[in-house]
Amino acid sequence: MTDDLKHLKDAMRTATPDAPSKDAHLALAMKNFDDLQNSRQGSASEVRHTPDRPTILSRFTAGVFRMFHSLTTRGALAATTSITAIGIGVFLYTQQTDISFDLPKPSPVATEAVVENPLLQTRREPAAEVTPTDDTRMREDSALAQDKTYAEGAIALSEADGLAAENAPASPGLARKVAPAPIGGIVNGIVAYEAEEAVAPTEPNTETFANADANPVKITSDAPVSTFSIDVDTASYSVMRNSLMNGHLPNPESVRIEEMINYFPYDYPAPNADEVPFRPTVSVFPTPWNDATQLVHIGIQGQMPAIEDRPALNLVFLIDTSGSMETPNKLPLLIQSFRLMLSELNEDDEVSIVTYAGSAGQVLEPTRVKDKAKIMAALTRLSAGGSTAGQKGLQQAYAVAEEMRADGEISRIVLATDGDFNVGISNPDQLKDYISKKRDSGTYLSVLGFGRGNLDDATMQALAQNGNGTAAYIDTLSEAQKVLVDQLGGAMFPIANDVKIQVEFNPAQIAEYRLIGYETRALAREDFNNDKVDAGEIGAGHNVTAIYEITPVGSEAILNDALRYQPAPETGGNGELGFLKLRYKTPGEDVSQLLTTPITTGMGQVSDDIRFSAAIAGYGQLLSGGKYLQDWGYPALIDLANQTKGDDVYGYRSEAIKLMRLAKSLSAD
Amino acid sequence: MEPTDEFLAKAAATGDRESFSLLLTRSYDRLFGLCFRLTGTRADAEDLTQDICAALPAKLASYKRQARFSTWLYRVAVNAAHDRRRRQATRTRAADGWGDWEVNRVASNKETQDGIDWLTQAMSSLSPELRDTLALTLEDEMTHREAGEVLGVSEGTISWRMAEVKKHLRVMHEEEQKA
Repeated sequence: MTDDLKHLKDAMRTATPDAPSKDAHLALAMKNFDDLQNSRQGSASEVRHTPDRPTILSRFTAGVFRMFHSLTTRGALAATTSITAIGIGVFLYTQQTDISFDLPKPSPVATEAVVENPLLQTRREPAAEVTPTDDTRMREDSALAQDKTYAEGAIALSEADGLAAENAPASPGLARKVAPAPIGGIVNGIVAYEAEEAVAPTEPNTETFANADANPVKITSDAPVSTFSIDVDTASYSVMRNSLMNGHLPNPESVRIEEMINYFPYDYPAPNADEVPFRPTVSVFPTPWNDATQLVHIGIQGQMPAIEDRPALNLVFLIDTSGSMETPNKLPLLIQSFRLMLSELNEDDEVSIVTYAGSAGQVLEPTRVKDKAKIMAALTRLSAGGSTAGQKGLQQAYAVAEEMRADGEISRIVLATDGDFNVGISNPDQLKDYISKKRDSGTYLSVLGFGRGNLDDATMQALAQNGNGTAAYIDTLSEAQKVLVDQLGGAMFPIANDVKIQVEFNPAQIAEYRLIGYETRALAREDFNNDKVDAGEIGAGHNVTAIYEITPVGSEAILNDALRYQPAPETGGNGELGFLKLRYKTPGEDVSQLLTTPITTGMGQVSDDIRFSAAIAGYGQLLSGGKYLQDWGYPALIDLANQTKGDDVYGYRSEAIKLMRLAKSLSAD
Repeated sequence: MEPTDEFLAKAAATGDRESFSLLLTRSYDRLFGLCFRLTGTRADAEDLTQDICAALPAKLASYKRQARFSTWLYRVAVNAAHDRRRRQATRTRAADGWGDWEVNRVASNKETQDGIDWLTQAMSSLSPELRDTLALTLEDEMTHREAGEVLGVSEGTISWRMAEVKKHLRVMHEEEQKA
């Protein structure tokens, strides 16, 4: 046995590097080292073109980087993570809104990234200090001792380092995330500092995404019934945008097509007042990417109750103040976002703020929005940093929410985090259980994600789903505007709970079908009628869209051959393609109600809105593999999106088309 | 007295050119050896080493003195190797270098039984986790604890994996004997 290993080891010795390539590699490393130093000192202003990146991207990053040079903030130079996210943020909102954004004050030179950030050191709480282990200290001592014999000039550096290294553990949240951050980065062989370190999210390794395999094509005669829960989250779209803006295609696992489709507002027919809370509209039309199939488009429009009639709102902001929230695209953006939202609230609404990790506890008792100055002051006082003290943040938030409850009011916890879910319960399953129990008490939970690198999308989704809430990812102030101002009603006021969709397809008409997206929302067939099974919520004014691709009997696009030993399904019948059933609960009730409608050929008006949603469905599939798209690609997608973008009052669709172009360029290599 | 790798790494991170040069020259052969064991072909090993060398200056910013430099560097290497594998898989290229090697080996059967060949065959038959573990532990002076640190798993896991590797090699060995 050991002989085998020894044999292997000896064999390995024959693998010695080739002298010429070794020299080339060493030279390359030195060159990159020099480039890095130059760029840190701000003397290298041009971004090098790197062979692995398309030109458009290089230009893009160059622009962003130049912008930073002109801004010369410490945030730009010191925070090696998230630089572009900050840049884009600034860029977008200075263009689109007139709200200013507090960037950290400029500092002359900042070569070291995080450990030397004086903000962190000054805000560190003394109690939280963790001394380095003896082991570390010894190593540091010996290193210091060696300085003197090694190079006189370097001693100053090393002492500074020793200090920084001792300070570093004082914010373990930070140290944990930043410390040995190896993955990522080395994606593109030759990398410029500007192109790679500044632009790429530096630690995608700690990001987790909720995902399941794409829904397969189902044979109608085998499995005629499809059941799923609606989903009004939008996080996946923002994560996709953030990835593209940072110059790389999104991780296919982060793409949830239904969230991309549901990101956009559509103008579906609204329900009549005093009737059901929402109205489903079904349309059947040809598939853009396949001539031989059709799309069944189910558009649900939630009622928009008159604003003045809305119930009072009790909001508990549960805010992550761990050290990693320090960067400008996290806590400062969060504070700005909440400020925006305050202006949309009524005077009688109440707000309370609870923080966890770092400064912990209730920092603002329930306060009426009338007293805006007090809330603003509390928001402004929030600061990140310090230890991840395992405070019972979530329990406290629920307790506060219960305190604030009154008849006819809506209580909601808004959890804002960059992925640190150290909210007091560490076991994810326990956390879900806890939230599920609390859900029954009537308090809703929404999750807002900030920043990239540590984003725990999977947990975000799980919490929001279990807590009867929504998950959104906020990367810019304009996204905050969309989620917390323009669509505040949808985000805050539920009009229907546990909305489930079940479609039974008619095997006489439909040979095969496929649900596009909703992989993480699939329900078992029997769950549809079981009111104990949780599902998604619809908020005031929300749209929800679900799209099936169906293959008619006899179509050339049928993927599965008929079976030799099974009787062929009867054709003909009443001409219905299928039957749509929806279940929902009125908020506060335990018994669901049922809506039904048959699906027939060619039903429904095909508006631009509907075709645009189909374009986004295609886009999501392109980003996540595009197995069923045949030759249909970005050019056709961009054409379709351009034709159907309509008035686009908020500019969301134009932005989407820009992102499609970017994705097209990035996927070209 | 020679400065330690850790000292050099911190100095390099703060911009000291000579420290960086010395550190890299010192570490290069070991790095290449590991890349070779991780990828299985000379060409891939060279590409991987080049990727790592290119990105190392920027990466160094995240080096903390708490970790041994070699542990940190190996983790960078293992992660870069994973990225490479993932990229190759997503581009649906010939997914596995070790597998290719094996195909070539069978094709040109004459060259069998030289050391590298046996090694290639042995490693290509292991799962990626076992292969990474083996690649690390074959390094001189690399303990199971350190290998665990690099891979982000416990010492026990490494020991278990090595037992699996040995079991696997023994089976392979027995089959060779039979043949």
